[in-house]
Amino acid sequence: MGMTTRTTTTKTTTMLDDFLIRAALAGVGLALATGPLGSFVVWRRMAYFGDATAHAAILGVAMALATDLPVVAGTLTVALAMAVTVSTLAARGWAMDTTLGVLAHSALALGLVAVSFVPGARTDLSAWLFGDILAVSRGDLLFIWGGAGLVVALMLWRWQALLTATLNEDLAHASGLNPARERLVLTLALAVVVAVAIKVVGALLIAAMLIIPAAAARGLARTPESMAVLASLIGAASTLGGLQLSLWQDTPAGPSIITAAAVIFALSASLGRMRRG
Amino acid sequence: MTTPLITADNLTIRMDRQEVLTKVSLSIQRAEIVTILGPNGSGKSTLLRALLGILRPASGTVTQRPGLVIGYVPQKLAVDRTLPMTVRRFLSLPVRVTDADAEAALIRVGLPEVAGRQMADLSGGQFQRVLLARALLTRPDLLILDEPTQGLDQPGEAAFYRLIEEVRRETGVAVLMVSHDLHVVMAASDRVICLNGHVCCEGTPRVVSNAPEYRALFGLGTQGALALYQHVHDHSHDHGHDHSHHGHDHAHHNHKDHHHA
Repeated sequence: MGMTTRTTTTKTTTMLDDFLIRAALAGVGLALATGPLGSFVVWRRMAYFGDATAHAAILGVAMALATDLPVVAGTLTVALAMAVTVSTLAARGWAMDTTLGVLAHSALALGLVAVSFVPGARTDLSAWLFGDILAVSRGDLLFIWGGAGLVVALMLWRWQALLTATLNEDLAHASGLNPARERLVLTLALAVVVAVAIKVVGALLIAAMLIIPAAAARGLARTPESMAVLASLIGAASTLGGLQLSLWQDTPAGPSIITAAAVIFALSASLGRMRRG
Repeated sequence: MTTPLITADNLTIRMDRQEVLTKVSLSIQRAEIVTILGPNGSGKSTLLRALLGILRPASGTVTQRPGLVIGYVPQKLAVDRTLPMTVRRFLSLPVRVTDADAEAALIRVGLPEVAGRQMADLSGGQFQRVLLARALLTRPDLLILDEPTQGLDQPGEAAFYRLIEEVRRETGVAVLMVSHDLHVVMAASDRVICLNGHVCCEGTPRVVSNAPEYRALFGLGTQGALALYQHVHDHSHDHGHDHSHHGHDHAHHNHKDHHHA
């Protein structure tokens, strides 16, 4: 991919100098985390929950830009605050569909209004909304892989407990587990993924990156583990496919990645239908 | 009597400021099968959840014998269609078990062939048996089952209670379960606790089925009238709490005689 024309001495430097390689690595890193986490989002029907958290991140961007803090700090803080708010309301038995709808859209609107007050931020607003994977720096890459690694480690550690609590909270409780703690684990993981993913696919499409690969994996999997791994693989394949599409047709990279994921979902769904006869 | 496995002492539970259970006391001994019987909304599931430590009592205490292992079979376990889960995988939640143990547990509940099946594809009866197999894998001292035969037909129900009885005989496990129908638990239970926010009556299935409190609660049609008659004549009721079988049997014969007269 154009690397050969360069004459840098070490190979790794050459590789990471290429923006396309960095973009691919960013997407694959994100997919590692969104596979297992997205599976839980699907199993626990938390799709809207993911949306609310991701949309809130725009507000975090605005706050970070206004206060000259790193954007990551802003998105992580606000996403975390939103995720905790939502899961607290859920635990109190609020009408979640409506509540989440109100929170998700209000957070997005408020974020967009807030950003408009920040001088200069208006211009690269679409980067936050739809991602800017082609502009991922080495520092971003480190952050993405660090965050994804943290999420994967967290999920591996709590895997059995998370699955039991997802199946039935009373059953988990009777087994000596604390379902509220497992909910908190997912809430934390979601906030980290949002902060990591905003650069890759943007606030508007983070939930898509969580849900579509997991949904595509469902029809092909027989156990929770195989679904999570397949979702990661599909996420990674979508990233590479989307980048390719973006390169050929000069389409925006983030939406192209989600489009690729949607195509894989459609293929998987029709394959499943054929199998069932 | 040895130390009970689990004891509830004057347990009061409030939910949304409403008192669901009032001063409920009970204890379960080793290897006994106890059924909690009561109409919908009588607090049966609430009582089980309090005994499991899921709900915090407003007053009163639950005491578990130190080291007590409880195997729990919840009332409803809906495996979401989006969650792929084989029976084998399910048995390893949350504690991983060996293939040999998993197979033995499935054979015990009469389902040797289902390990590779999806949980969502099981019939109601198979599903309940798999839940039981999972509970047995922890080698429990006490099994707690919340309406375990809901959605099963009568033969299925009878077969499930036979299975419980067999498991009890083999392992000495105590069983506490909830039901809303006395007839089906008659044969399987050593003791029945009739619950309606408080303990109405308690005793062997026979004693409870003849207790006026039970009959008032379940309003048994034409039998209700007989129960009323029996209430008046059943002098043994005052001694009902010492579970005098003879007195109740006597009353039982009496009302049968009147019926034929």
